[in-house]
Amino acid sequence: MDAVAHAPAAEHGPNLRQRLAARGFDAVTLLVVPAAIFSLLLFVYPFAFGFVLSFEPKGGGDWLANYRRFFSDPFLYKTIANTLWLAIPVTLVNLLLAVPIAFRVRLMRRQRLLTTILVLPITLGTVLVAEGLLNYLGPQGWFNRTLLTFGLISQPLKLVHNYWGVFASLVITGFPFTFLLTLSYVTGIDPALEQAAATLGASAWQRFRHVYLPLLMPGFAITFCLSFVQAFSVFPSAVLLGEPAGVTRVISIAAATAAFEEYDYSMASSIAMIMGFVQLAIVVAVLASRGLFYRGPASGAKG
Amino acid sequence: MTIALSQFDEVRLDRVSRDFGALNALRDVSLTIRRGEFIALLGPSGCGKSTTLNCIAGLLPVTGGAIWLDKSRVDTLRPEERGFGMVFQNYALFPHLNVRQNIGFGLKMRGRPKAEIDRKVEEALNLVRLKGQENKLPGQLSGGQQQRVAIARAIVIEPPLVLMDEPLSNLDAKLRLEMRAEIRRIHNELGATTIYVTHDQDEALSLADRIVVLRDGIVRQVGSPKELYEAPAHFDVADFMGFRNKLKGQVVAIEGDRTILDVEGARISGVARERVSVGSTAYAAIRSDDLEVGEAGPNAIAATVDTIEYRGREFVGTAHSTGGLDFVFRSHVSVEPGSRIHLRTEDERILVFAEPVQGRQ
Repeated sequence: MDAVAHAPAAEHGPNLRQRLAARGFDAVTLLVVPAAIFSLLLFVYPFAFGFVLSFEPKGGGDWLANYRRFFSDPFLYKTIANTLWLAIPVTLVNLLLAVPIAFRVRLMRRQRLLTTILVLPITLGTVLVAEGLLNYLGPQGWFNRTLLTFGLISQPLKLVHNYWGVFASLVITGFPFTFLLTLSYVTGIDPALEQAAATLGASAWQRFRHVYLPLLMPGFAITFCLSFVQAFSVFPSAVLLGEPAGVTRVISIAAATAAFEEYDYSMASSIAMIMGFVQLAIVVAVLASRGLFYRGPASGAKG
Repeated sequence: MTIALSQFDEVRLDRVSRDFGALNALRDVSLTIRRGEFIALLGPSGCGKSTTLNCIAGLLPVTGGAIWLDKSRVDTLRPEERGFGMVFQNYALFPHLNVRQNIGFGLKMRGRPKAEIDRKVEEALNLVRLKGQENKLPGQLSGGQQQRVAIARAIVIEPPLVLMDEPLSNLDAKLRLEMRAEIRRIHNELGATTIYVTHDQDEALSLADRIVVLRDGIVRQVGSPKELYEAPAHFDVADFMGFRNKLKGQVVAIEGDRTILDVEGARISGVARERVSVGSTAYAAIRSDDLEVGEAGPNAIAATVDTIEYRGREFVGTAHSTGGLDFVFRSHVSVEPGSRIHLRTEDERILVFAEPVQGRQ
């Protein structure tokens, strides 16, 4: 008994390394360091710099002058509505298209081929898609010519250099991403759940409504957020295919104008901060709504 | 008891086939299931037993034949129109619904009034002994409780037929025995008609009124547990019924109801279950329980002990003969590995089968 009681404390129990490892700190944790440095230098520092810069107006005045200017000039504050008016419908349309296609692709044997075809637009880049659409949807493009030839329209439809041009381009470039995410959520659900619902008398629609949809809602919320953020930062197609001085004057155009035409980096930073805040507000709202749904594993049981 | 299962006389499978491309998973399976029966579909994996169940449930379309519920044809109906209750191997409980909602799902889909749903769910909860758990999510239940929810969910819709796909295979040994008794109790209390898929002959023997042994998509034998256990019709059925000793030999004589085989020089005399002729190759099949350590003489074969295991009441050993035959035997005394012994049994404990045709017939 005495020998145990008087033994030095260090000889009792696990040593420091073991105790740290038990709390999740071991040599592997060090592998995070490069990523942390990278993030610090290329994200945290520029962000902080821009944040501070946005409160130092170029033309003098008090620290909120840039923000006051933004929210008093309709040419500036309307860009928020313009951007949301593009990004939200585009994201919803992408999601609504992706869901039925993902449900179909899930059952197919040669998934990979179709998935590859559907994902190709992601590799093209927004500029190439924009140029393609300019030709295809333009007044002399194939689309209008075909409709004219069949006599469905008497005058070419105006499909580019307006809202719909940007809309189409965002759907094309955003869809693959939305689709891939949706597909992974849909295939993550145990097919036995649908079979069970069928044997219990649920029709195809009831199976979707009562089994798939509740289990997919959290995944759809994440998909919505990621797709929305992509669409929200639209720039090339809004310039190339839209009306960059009118309905498709999105917030990134306002920031670019401030930075590269007025050389007002402080103002540009303020706009970027506002842009970030709007995105964050939408994302937080959508993610918070996940709390309304079941969020556990989407398989039947422990198995 | 207000859970009253739909009444009918019989379910008939009429030459049901199912192909997966070039593979015939089921070939001309014909089977009549009478009301109130507990039928076990037994066979090794890949024999077509789950395919049969899925075809009956409507989860797999049949590629030939028909399934009848009395006078109405059901194989052309969608699964939701058949109304058969099914218990899945992994239970397939809806993870986002609590126990009560899971059990009530089928009734809700049928648009039954809420009062009726509540009453029947309550009763199903009592039947499977899950009172007090009704507001838990499946993830908060143990395996055995999930199993009970799956059963309650399948029977609360009052199906003419309850289909169970290896429902006990995910449970530990003790729980498996417990739930086996529960399944039989629920079957009896409801007067249900059950088709139960399993690869475990103990389960099939203890639960079923009739066992259907499938192999390579063909029905090999249908009979009561006693019939199958005591008089398997084919070599592969015998193999499944615990005849683990398979002694290959030549038929040297047929005397009355005894067929005599020469197995590595030993004369083994048994009861032929298939037609064999003198001079042909045949197998003598003996249960490990029936093969005992004994004296040299008739029906005895010399072997060298490989292993011996203590099993409480007795010892179970393995041995091999000089000709390379393997044996599993039992013994009341421990024998030393490496020692030479004689293994023997009685004539009527030995079944003689013709050499099975290799591959698919």
